[in-house]
Amino acid sequence: MASRGFVLTRLPGFNGIALGVFVALYLPIFMLVIYSFNAGKSVALWEGFSLQWYGIAWANDQVKDATVRSLYLALSAAVISTVLATMAALGTTRRRKFRGMTFIYVMINQPLMVPEIVSAVALLIFFAAIKQATDYQGMGYLIAAHSAFCIPFAYLPIRARLEGMDLTLETAAADLYASTWQTFRFVTLPLLLPGIFAGMMLAFVTSLDDVVITVFVKSAGQDTLPTYMLGQIRRQVTAEINAISTVLLALTVALLTLFFLLTRKKG
Amino acid sequence: MSPAEQELVTRSARNGWLLSAPALVVLTLAAVGPLLIVVVYSFLLPGKYGNVVWGFSLDAWSGILYTRDIFDGTLALADAHLSIFWRSVKLSILTTIFTFVVGFPTAWFIATRPQKARAMWLFLITIPFWTNLLIRTFAINEIIRNEGLLNSTLIKLGLITQPIEMIYTDGAVFVGMTYVYLPLMVLPLFAAIDRFDMRLMEAAYDLYASPMQVLRRVIMPVVKPGIVAGSILVFVPSLGAYVTPRLLGGGKNMMIGNFIELQFGQGRNWPLGASLSVTLLIVVTGALLIYVRYANREAGNGQ
Amino acid sequence: MTQTIAVEANHVVKAFGHGETAVRALNDVSVQIRTGEFFTLLGPSGCGKTTLLRLIAGFEMPSAGTILLDGADITTLPPNKRPVNTVFQSYALFPHLTVAQNIGFGLEMLGRPKAEVKARVDQMLALVKLEPMADRKTSQLSGGQQQRVALARALAPTPKVLLLDEPLSALDLKLRKEMQLELKRLQLETGITFVFVTHDQEEALTMSDRIGVMSAGKLQQVGSPKEIYTKPVNRFVASFIGETNFLPATRDGDAYRLDCGIKVAAPSSATGRVTLTVRPEQIRIGAETDADALPAKVTNLVYFGTDTHCHVNLPDGTEVVVRLQSPATGDAGLALGQAVGLSFVPDALQVLED
Repeated sequence: MASRGFVLTRLPGFNGIALGVFVALYLPIFMLVIYSFNAGKSVALWEGFSLQWYGIAWANDQVKDATVRSLYLALSAAVISTVLATMAALGTTRRRKFRGMTFIYVMINQPLMVPEIVSAVALLIFFAAIKQATDYQGMGYLIAAHSAFCIPFAYLPIRARLEGMDLTLETAAADLYASTWQTFRFVTLPLLLPGIFAGMMLAFVTSLDDVVITVFVKSAGQDTLPTYMLGQIRRQVTAEINAISTVLLALTVALLTLFFLLTRKKG
Repeated sequence: MSPAEQELVTRSARNGWLLSAPALVVLTLAAVGPLLIVVVYSFLLPGKYGNVVWGFSLDAWSGILYTRDIFDGTLALADAHLSIFWRSVKLSILTTIFTFVVGFPTAWFIATRPQKARAMWLFLITIPFWTNLLIRTFAINEIIRNEGLLNSTLIKLGLITQPIEMIYTDGAVFVGMTYVYLPLMVLPLFAAIDRFDMRLMEAAYDLYASPMQVLRRVIMPVVKPGIVAGSILVFVPSLGAYVTPRLLGGGKNMMIGNFIELQFGQGRNWPLGASLSVTLLIVVTGALLIYVRYANREAGNGQ
Repeated sequence: MTQTIAVEANHVVKAFGHGETAVRALNDVSVQIRTGEFFTLLGPSGCGKTTLLRLIAGFEMPSAGTILLDGADITTLPPNKRPVNTVFQSYALFPHLTVAQNIGFGLEMLGRPKAEVKARVDQMLALVKLEPMADRKTSQLSGGQQQRVALARALAPTPKVLLLDEPLSALDLKLRKEMQLELKRLQLETGITFVFVTHDQEEALTMSDRIGVMSAGKLQQVGSPKEIYTKPVNRFVASFIGETNFLPATRDGDAYRLDCGIKVAAPSSATGRVTLTVRPEQIRIGAETDADALPAKVTNLVYFGTDTHCHVNLPDGTEVVVRLQSPATGDAGLALGQAVGLSFVPDALQVLED
């Protein structure tokens, strides 16, 4: 629907490229989703609608196992990183700049700046030494690693929420005889809650999606869904991977939608 | 300052540290600390079955660029390593340029939609951003591999008889990285364009500029901080990419990330892997520092 | 009648920043606010009035000096330990709580029994006429209603002093006039000491028992609205409150000689160069030939509806503004360039020494 005449913000060719980009972004994902419902074995030839690949994935003990582990890991990492990030956000916002504040920022955002492969290698080396020394092979390593790299993702929305909060509300609470703890419990925390949920959601999604660090840190038999998929793609590709991907995708989109509803600015 | 005032300032700083402490402990143990150990390992000797042998050596550092001849022990430039570095840098730069070329119009398009539609378009860019990188790479894989959607369709249409070898090439890695890192370019560009004062365009048109001149002489200079931010955000993960080159580049078309992994797997040369990691980290940190300095200068100029 | 003092500030200094860049928001301010009075801190923005209020509330600590409440030193007491409540400029209503929960917040923090809190909340809702709104969220209220909730919330714990930080500035003119009367009524009904901060001189004049005029971190003058208006102590106070004319003069015998050569009497013993000030409505315009009249020439006439401002020039060029009530016929009987004679109502001339 080309409007006639001069449109200030229109630049030649831009709309076409932009729409092309959206098509290019979504087409591969749509194809992946569509072929997860394919009745045939091929992931390229359509042979009719079926839910068989979901059934196959569901019946696969390895997938079941990896799913449970992924969710357990993501939930643990999300809760731990959100608690730590909330405290750190309270410590680093809305107060007079103190010595070392920049250091704390850099530390918190460090996982965003270091290439994943480097972090992964570093954790591999470090945890290998601990594994040798303690003989502990459990999930603790993955939980610690995921909690650490999820901290900045949880921190950012919480910090944003805190900075957007009116400081006079807490001043008002103190004026109305609330102690420091009462002010936090009855004013700050309730107002911060949407930010905390948003942060937890981002942390959860980030942990759920991680491949590289998990591949390097996990002990034998500790596959998560992404590492299981990575292994499968290298061996033989079946539409089972499409089915798993589709479920993960749906989960991500659902969480993101929730995130946007939570952080949406209210009128 | 009175003692009471001083007390408030001191207490505020102390609480800031106390509240941040638990996060700092976890980050030190599971993120920053291990990086320091990597530095140490890069000066050690490789163990026969992986891991390291204690003993100071610079071999891992010289090993980045040189290989020691097995027979006479002379050093020679390691062509294989150099080609991997060159591929990494070349593909990262190409990815950055191409994501900008298509990302800028996309960001512009989103930023110039009406308020409500804008949120929707922005959300459409954000979904791929948060979608599992593995899934997105896999989606590209499904399309371009030999038995993939593109080849099967072309064969079915009778245009070709043999599948075109697209996967496991540098081109495939380039396409894959452009695809997965595009949102990282669009989002900061959008943020910059969103702040752009459209009245500047009116002024430029009023002064006889053509659309291309408006773009080059007015819009681009004003949104430059967004362009720099987007370029850094794409270049840095491209350089350290691991999943995309592994799935689309195969064993022959390695990038630095895969080369590092190799040293901890079949290569059994942990110190070399460590020195390569430190090198990559230094390059990336350098890029980020240049960016931070640039951003600070821009912020200073803005005031 | 002896007056008890509710709030007393002694030589209070408040500096922000360090060393060279330090700014003294308050520079040696001392003031006594009497129990039960409506005291207004008046001054332009940045004069330190809000800082003084925040020091009384306990949100900031003074750099030097002490603050007493009912004779007790509360200088370093945290705000939640001070029996003082604040009505914030932005209201600072808790968005996650209802109107009733907002009003009851202070009493709950003090750990009062539920029944008592409920009774007091109901009482406050009645006082500010918001009973039907008790269970609304504060975001569903109009600006005026939010203002009432903020007032009720601050009054509910029965503070010894209520601090009001420009609470009416966000309201439109009509609502502001209503709220001015409402505030005055609440103050009389509750008998609580009000300390009110504003930059609006009209608001200060109409509501206050006493006014403290502030400028550049210093208290310039404290007095009743009438004293402040009719007997300003310096040029700042004279010009900040109402409109006024300044006439340079020199002491001559027991009177003052204006620069145009005419001698006038004024109640002061100040010698040397002084400035006389006179309000525009305290000048009368008569014929040039009147006895003791200052000769002047009309240069401009500005019509303001009920008033007409007549600008005249004295022989030495000093401009003087005279406010005349517009006559019913709408014609002041003056013309541009007309020669007139000015005379002052008794006690109109005030001498400023600075």
